[in-house]
Amino acid sequence: MANKLIISLSPHVHGRDSVQRNMYGVCIALVPALLASLFYFGWGAAIVMATSVLACVFFEWAITRFILKSNRLTIADGSAVLTGLLLGFNLPSNLPLWIIIIGALVAIGIGKLTFGGLGCNPFNPALVGRVFLLVSFPVQMTSWPVSGQLTAYTDATTAATPLAIMKHAVNGGGVQALAELPSSMDLFLGQTGGCLGEVSALALLIGLIYMLVKRIITWHIPVSILGTVAILSGLFHLANPVYASPEQVLCTGGLMLGACFMATDYVTSPMTAQGQLVYGVSIGLLTVVIRMFGAYPEGMSFAILIMNAFTPLINTYCKPKRFGEVMKK
Amino acid sequence: MKTFKRGGVHPSENKLSAQSPIREAGLPKQAVFSLYQHIGAPAKPVVVKGDLVKVGTMLAEADGFVSAPVFSSVSGKVSKIDAIVDASGYRRPAIFVDVEGDEWEESIDRSNDLVKLKDRPELTAKDIVSKIKDAGIVGMGGATFPCHVKLSPPPGTKAECVIINAVECEPYLTADHRLMLEKPEQILVGVDLIMKAVGVTKGYIAIENNKPDAIRLMTDKAGIYPHIEVVPLQVKYPQGGEKQLIDAVIGREVPAPPAIPIHVGAVVQNVGTAYAVYEAVMKNKPLFERIITVTGKSVNNPSNFRARIGTPMSQLIEECGGLPEDTGKVIGGGPMMGKALLHLDIPVCKGSSGLLIMNKKEARRGEVQPCIRCAKCVGACPMGLEPYLLATASAHKNWDLAENNDVVSCIECGSCQFTCPSYRPLLDNIRTGKSTVMALIRARNAKK
Repeated sequence: MANKLIISLSPHVHGRDSVQRNMYGVCIALVPALLASLFYFGWGAAIVMATSVLACVFFEWAITRFILKSNRLTIADGSAVLTGLLLGFNLPSNLPLWIIIIGALVAIGIGKLTFGGLGCNPFNPALVGRVFLLVSFPVQMTSWPVSGQLTAYTDATTAATPLAIMKHAVNGGGVQALAELPSSMDLFLGQTGGCLGEVSALALLIGLIYMLVKRIITWHIPVSILGTVAILSGLFHLANPVYASPEQVLCTGGLMLGACFMATDYVTSPMTAQGQLVYGVSIGLLTVVIRMFGAYPEGMSFAILIMNAFTPLINTYCKPKRFGEVMKK
Repeated sequence: MKTFKRGGVHPSENKLSAQSPIREAGLPKQAVFSLYQHIGAPAKPVVVKGDLVKVGTMLAEADGFVSAPVFSSVSGKVSKIDAIVDASGYRRPAIFVDVEGDEWEESIDRSNDLVKLKDRPELTAKDIVSKIKDAGIVGMGGATFPCHVKLSPPPGTKAECVIINAVECEPYLTADHRLMLEKPEQILVGVDLIMKAVGVTKGYIAIENNKPDAIRLMTDKAGIYPHIEVVPLQVKYPQGGEKQLIDAVIGREVPAPPAIPIHVGAVVQNVGTAYAVYEAVMKNKPLFERIITVTGKSVNNPSNFRARIGTPMSQLIEECGGLPEDTGKVIGGGPMMGKALLHLDIPVCKGSSGLLIMNKKEARRGEVQPCIRCAKCVGACPMGLEPYLLATASAHKNWDLAENNDVVSCIECGSCQFTCPSYRPLLDNIRTGKSTVMALIRARNAKK
């Protein structure tokens, strides 16, 4: 026959969803937070983010091309851009360029490509990069500029962040120490010190709503994390007012960024709704425990990385309810 | 509005031929009747080369209980019994009849008069089932399971209701839709007959709400049948799956295999089957023609035909304006569960609900990328399975893992693969796993 027919198995149509659509969808969801960081930290934020994204894309390309000897253009799938953005969001806006580049190398090289690239990494690459920098360069990584210095970069004036104030209150500062915290409205809008992408809870929530509407992620992980943290910190606050109130806890540090964008990373989070709830609640618990009792003022990154390690176990035990299972007994 | 609970997807509907009335397809020069037009034992030929047959003459008889006879749809001479590659893709025996004239068996009532159940009070449940069995009726939605088997509940089970599947959730297909618009009264008598055959007093006709005209008409005509209820359903694929439909209509879940719908009291039949039942019981007409949609974006004139079984697909395509230049793939059935055809001389068979012609661009699959573990397949699976895991287990030949994760419950609806952002061939792999695990289970049971 002149006209050869294509033979393949069903289904013969596809929903036209794609890896790119999801990766760039998350990038679009990050835009409000990106604008907020430019608004609060100006040039510093722009330099740190641009460096982080470019370095991540470069390392992804260079390592696949020259070390893995692959001709697949994996940078086109958008995952390296996303890792770069998220890493940048997790850094202070006065971080020197060379430290950012090391962070990008660790995130892409060790966090992602050593395990086989997209889809194979057990830990969130951006968080691997961030935590590596946090334990390697504790001074630079924990001196956060005061917001509003739009033209400053490494010369920006730094100050204690809300998280440090909270920690100080618990470690002997007492309830009066909490009075130094910015107002809850300022915390919600992002008028405070911190990593450049994490300050504005409002902007991050807009991004979350976008991802939910576009069906990029489901509600299970962010809602279970935020709910657990709110309830637990509320109980602590009621028992002893030296612990900050739930709305202060929710709007400070990397909690909102972690719950909306870091913990919801496809590759490193559980596959079923039940598993995602177990994972979210556990992250919430660990975060509160580290923040209240740990040595570090912030526990979000560690909590997510710890639960990343449990994801395969959760996948083994949390199965979806099979059709017809109700009738078995 | 009702629908099934778990998973599901929303493919573009593309019901191009919804407005085109059913037309009579021309008689073929030669009709070919596969002996494998149903699930179960193949039919056994009762004619030999040179026999003269009429429209409605039996060509092959049922071979056992789960089997169905095959009837000639044309008059003429049996020219040979030979093998063809049929719509399943397998090489199978078939009876060839060279067409001469159009002479029908006298026993068939060719009038258009509507015969209702109350006009034939002497019909018993047993009579109805045996007429259906003798007429060779099978599931007309495409599953082709012999109809009389479903109407004979196994001991220990009892039917409580009949659900008529008029969902037509496959994109493109409009055969059931048109049938409801053009033959609503006959369908209702068919439903009445099926209900009497299994002895129930409650019947549902389930229609998705993308066919408001059919819902209106059927509801109107069903007014005189107080025991038959038309149930509009929210549009969602795979609502036409038997288990999903039962869940949507009466809210009961059929347990995992080997359980079947009758274990929750439901008997499900396609709306085309109900029509065939009417013709068989009331008009004495065995199953030798059916409604088939011939469609596709590049097809000149997407149409619905009443076609004689055995007509080559190529003839139907000619009647729609010929095979488009840019044809890439021809599918027997709908785009979600249909089978790609190997060539165009494959004959229409009892289960041919549609013929979909895809152009080259549509026919190409996207480039496969790594699994990003987005869990969209888990969310889309209407059976509550984990497609990503079953596909990987099957690809690695880890049959134990696949079996322990209920691969045999897969209904092969394709929702997982449809939704996968990485274009992974999930269902291709799961099918291998499912058939291998089923064979292993059979072997294990045989040893016991």
